Amino acid sequence: MNPQLVIGALLFWVAAWALNEYLVRRHGASRIAGFAVPVIFGVTLLVLWEGLTRGLAVPQVLLPPPSAIWERLVNSVPMLWADFQQTFKAVLAGYAIGCLSGFGVAVLVDRSPFLKRGLLPIGNFVSALPIIGIAPIMVMWFGFDWPSKAAVVVAMTFFPMLVNTVAGLNAAGSMERDLMRTYASPWLTTLIKLRLPAAAPFIFNALKINSTLALIGAIVAEFFGTPIVGMGFRISTEVGKLAIDLVWAEIAVAAVAGSAFYGLIALIERAVTFWHPSVRSGRA
Amino acid sequence: MIARLWHGNTLPVLIVVAAILVFWYAMAVHMNSPWQERMNARAELENVPFTEFASQTWAQAKPLLPAPHQILGEVWKATIEEEITSRRSLAYHSWITLSATLLGFAFGTLLGIGLAVAIIHNEASDRSLMPWIIASQTVPILAIAPMVVVGLGAVGVTGMVPKALISMYLSFFPVVVGMVKGLRSPEQIQLDLMATYNANDWQIFTKLRWPSAIPFLFASMRVGIAISLIGAVVGELSNAAGGGLGVRLLTGSYNGQTIQIWAALLLAAALAATLVALVGVAEKIVLRRMGVAT
Repeated sequence: MNPQLVIGALLFWVAAWALNEYLVRRHGASRIAGFAVPVIFGVTLLVLWEGLTRGLAVPQVLLPPPSAIWERLVNSVPMLWADFQQTFKAVLAGYAIGCLSGFGVAVLVDRSPFLKRGLLPIGNFVSALPIIGIAPIMVMWFGFDWPSKAAVVVAMTFFPMLVNTVAGLNAAGSMERDLMRTYASPWLTTLIKLRLPAAAPFIFNALKINSTLALIGAIVAEFFGTPIVGMGFRISTEVGKLAIDLVWAEIAVAAVAGSAFYGLIALIERAVTFWHPSVRSGRA
Repeated sequence: MIARLWHGNTLPVLIVVAAILVFWYAMAVHMNSPWQERMNARAELENVPFTEFASQTWAQAKPLLPAPHQILGEVWKATIEEEITSRRSLAYHSWITLSATLLGFAFGTLLGIGLAVAIIHNEASDRSLMPWIIASQTVPILAIAPMVVVGLGAVGVTGMVPKALISMYLSFFPVVVGMVKGLRSPEQIQLDLMATYNANDWQIFTKLRWPSAIPFLFASMRVGIAISLIGAVVGELSNAAGGGLGVRLLTGSYNGQTIQIWAALLLAAALAATLVALVGVAEKIVLRRMGVAT
């Protein structure tokens, strides 16, 4: 027990909160406040975490302080990097195949209203299912290495992409479609010049949802058996050895990678759908 | 009649489902045939007619891909024929998963509503919380499931609570996002009316903001309950002694009991579908009583 640390952390929290209130009231509209306020909040969380875990002597098994996690992370960079590569092979391969095939099937299905009515309810239904449960089956089919994880990711990302793309292809207004028809534009031209751009916000929505799903799918699939490398493998074995600081280091890597992946797609979205109202008003 | 079937959703869905089933049986023959051929060669069976060969591949004990009727048979055997308290009963395991899901979903919904109310009424918490709530979802949270289960287990918290916490973390997010949108959905003219009535914050909340947020709440809850089931299943992977559908998946994968895996998957899917449908029914009833939907 170390009461000073606890009180210090709590005081820091109060001070940071007051600072945030001040920033929002005085400079609410400025860009600096929009950036600084969440950063201050994040720093406060870290300080509070550090102060409370050290001050209250929380057991390492339950929650190690951030400084210990950072130390562990810096000390085991080569291992973390190897795990990251192994897992991201599965994430990227599965993400690419799942999103592309979902997109392709959606474009094909869009030509047949009958298939669309048949597939869409099923796609919506499957999106709500715990698809991650197929991981043990995929490990049986595709072996222990990364292809089985990629297969899980494909299955998880396919349906959100299918459903969103089909919805997006219907987003073009009938006025615009009529205009394309008066130009005697063939199906492909209409698709490329009108309907795909109109569908872009929906497609990017699916890409963003899938970026999170892909990472989750690959990591959880590794719980069911892997070669002795990979983020999911490391997490499940180190938890067994109660090396919780290493697990947190692995999670920090996963969090940074996941956020970067998401952020990258959000950036591409801003560049591609610059015309969309949600981007124009500066609130993506 | 036929035209209505053709243009409605029922017939297309049925045809697609039938196509999937046919494809499934064909794949079962294809994937299970190498093993079956080896078995037949060992038993010195030659020139097995195709129909018999196909039915052999649909009746293996540990097939690579079990046929649908095998999975249904296993579900029937493990839910109806077993004692409900037995550890071999799938109903028993489903109940474990369901209870953790519901507890976590309740916590997650309450937490989500609480955060949304805080965000609505305080500009500073809006600015500081929202980016982190969104960032919290780019973290592959299911990855920390084993740590939550083992960590809490080390200090004596076991059973349903750790799994429910994982479900909570997953399900609060859609609720926050939906409720923030919903609580902000009243238009300025409606807020102005409340102001002319001299309504205080509490009255504005209970009489205007909360009722207009209810449709958003239900839409979020439909998403939330599906992912809190996923959270509970993944949480179970780390505590093999506790039971639940996740444990059935795990033991099935260790023992190569593919039929058992598929049966657990089917029950998890049925559970998810039922829960989502129940939320949908509750939504319909509440909205009708509020006079929103007709």
